Amino acid sequence: MNATQTQNEDGETVRFDGAALKLDCGVTLETLELAYRTYGTLNKDKSNAILICHALTGDQHPAGDNPLTGKPGWWTQVVGPGGIIDTDKYFVICSNVLGGCGGSTGPQSGNPETGKPYGLDFPVITIADMVRAQNLLIDHLGIESLFCVIGGSMGGMQVLQWAAAHSDRIFSAVPIATSARHSSQNIAFHEVGRQAILADPEWHGGAYYATDAHPRKGLAVARMAAHITYLSEAALQRKFGRNLQDREAISYGFDADFQIESYLRHQGMTFVERFDANSYLYITRAMDYFDIAAENGGNLAAAFNGTATRFCVMSFTSDWLFPTPESVNLVRALNAAGANVSFVEIESDKGHDAFLLDEPEMHATLSGFLQAAAQARGLENGGRDD
Amino acid sequence: MIDPKANAAGNLAADRIDLQLIADMVAPGSKVLDIGCGDGTLLELLVKQHGVDARGLELSQSGVNNCVARGLSVVQGNADTDLSYYPDNGFDTVILSQTLQATQRPHDVLREMARIGKRLIVSIPNFGHWRVRLDLLVKGRMPVTGTLNASWYETANIHLCTLTDFTQLCDVLGLSVESCTTLSRGKAKALPGRTTRRANLLAEQGVFVLTRS
Repeated sequence: MNATQTQNEDGETVRFDGAALKLDCGVTLETLELAYRTYGTLNKDKSNAILICHALTGDQHPAGDNPLTGKPGWWTQVVGPGGIIDTDKYFVICSNVLGGCGGSTGPQSGNPETGKPYGLDFPVITIADMVRAQNLLIDHLGIESLFCVIGGSMGGMQVLQWAAAHSDRIFSAVPIATSARHSSQNIAFHEVGRQAILADPEWHGGAYYATDAHPRKGLAVARMAAHITYLSEAALQRKFGRNLQDREAISYGFDADFQIESYLRHQGMTFVERFDANSYLYITRAMDYFDIAAENGGNLAAAFNGTATRFCVMSFTSDWLFPTPESVNLVRALNAAGANVSFVEIESDKGHDAFLLDEPEMHATLSGFLQAAAQARGLENGGRDD
Repeated sequence: MIDPKANAAGNLAADRIDLQLIADMVAPGSKVLDIGCGDGTLLELLVKQHGVDARGLELSQSGVNNCVARGLSVVQGNADTDLSYYPDNGFDTVILSQTLQATQRPHDVLREMARIGKRLIVSIPNFGHWRVRLDLLVKGRMPVTGTLNASWYETANIHLCTLTDFTQLCDVLGLSVESCTTLSRGKAKALPGRTTRRANLLAEQGVFVLTRS
């Protein structure tokens, strides 16, 4: 297998050629491209690398500015120089997931057999496939063992997959607001989103790339429905209540009378500017298929038996998409496996999205855990060579 | 945040000197579970002074968060319900300091501890202490002492016992008392035997080391 590195305006891309990636579905991707960003410097021992795994609609730009949009990265609260994940100390890596639309191989990539974009000919991928792809990247960067793998939501699923399948390569793991399996309710919400995309005539059976069409309305509705699941009832009430949008009274029509309607419409509209509808189908499917226990005869603990990885599990009180009992279930399995695990439930009314927001208690927890792990790894200098 | 220069022992509250005593009973480098680890004072002693692979279980969420932010490995959980998730012989030593009396089913907690750990260290307040006896005898009131400092209606201590009661329970559960150290007025005293009638009258606390018989 060959690896070719290219530098782009929005980061780096590595291209693997020659039976690059064998997928769970049985298909082998001959060519795999991964778009990624790195921050900070890898130390001599190559022991200070942290992999950040992004969520469903995230990208490879957690820190600094996103070079494409000019807006701040999605996790600047946590990642950056002097930050909790200090890029002055650690070498931070983040790659766009397999199946994504941020430059990594996905349904909009060229199908080598036809020369046209894959569309629905792209094979169905899993979280394990995403993590296999990340393993290739870590190999390519010459790193044997990561100091930490961190991620929230679908990023947390990738963290757990790393811990279950490649625990010898990760010293510590921080799965946040996540679960070892996608729940029935979560699959249900994803199905609503997918059906909205499939019902949009602009979708053209997934082959919309050759036309000017993009199933904007379907994808926007999918985003609107999903966005509700990322917030809590309390946060919605606090932020919007029953406030009216730019009007004194209700209009007796179906315009966006309420602020919450206007907000959701805005969320939907801006989302379609930055996300590919087919990617949304494939990535939500990967999350639905995720079930670590099922791959171990229904025994979640068996997935982590004998692991030397240090875990820090976090959940949020108002997160009803990945509620605390999911994390408790995971923590019990990790305890049964004899793992070194910390578990904190953070008091917050911000719902699932809390992990992306300013949550001092989460930041204190993450900071304390990383410092103790760095000490245990002999990174007293924080990983720098000086 | 952990201040590496801070001596955790120096900050021990006067009523928790059992913690240093317990820490000194643990073999360096061993694997330890502290049930009801509170703010993590004992865990920190174990990690810093004895290089122990120490884990904690704590009921109060604020206690847990505080511990993890200080770099300690602690999970939120309940001694009465969550010990069953730990594997057999998973730990060299399992510690229960000043917590047994607050559990719903102390005998089941001890049974689970004996399954999880090869060695148990249990510290309990002594309800046979003379001041406790005197309060009840003379004043006719539920005792409130330095160790048992809450009124009956707000105390978390729902299963109090004397040192003699405790050793009798150990017999019932098939646990041998390897040693018993008593604490009174900040002074520790190692007893030659399991416990004595004198100790049961004079000790404010007892620290027991137990193994499966």
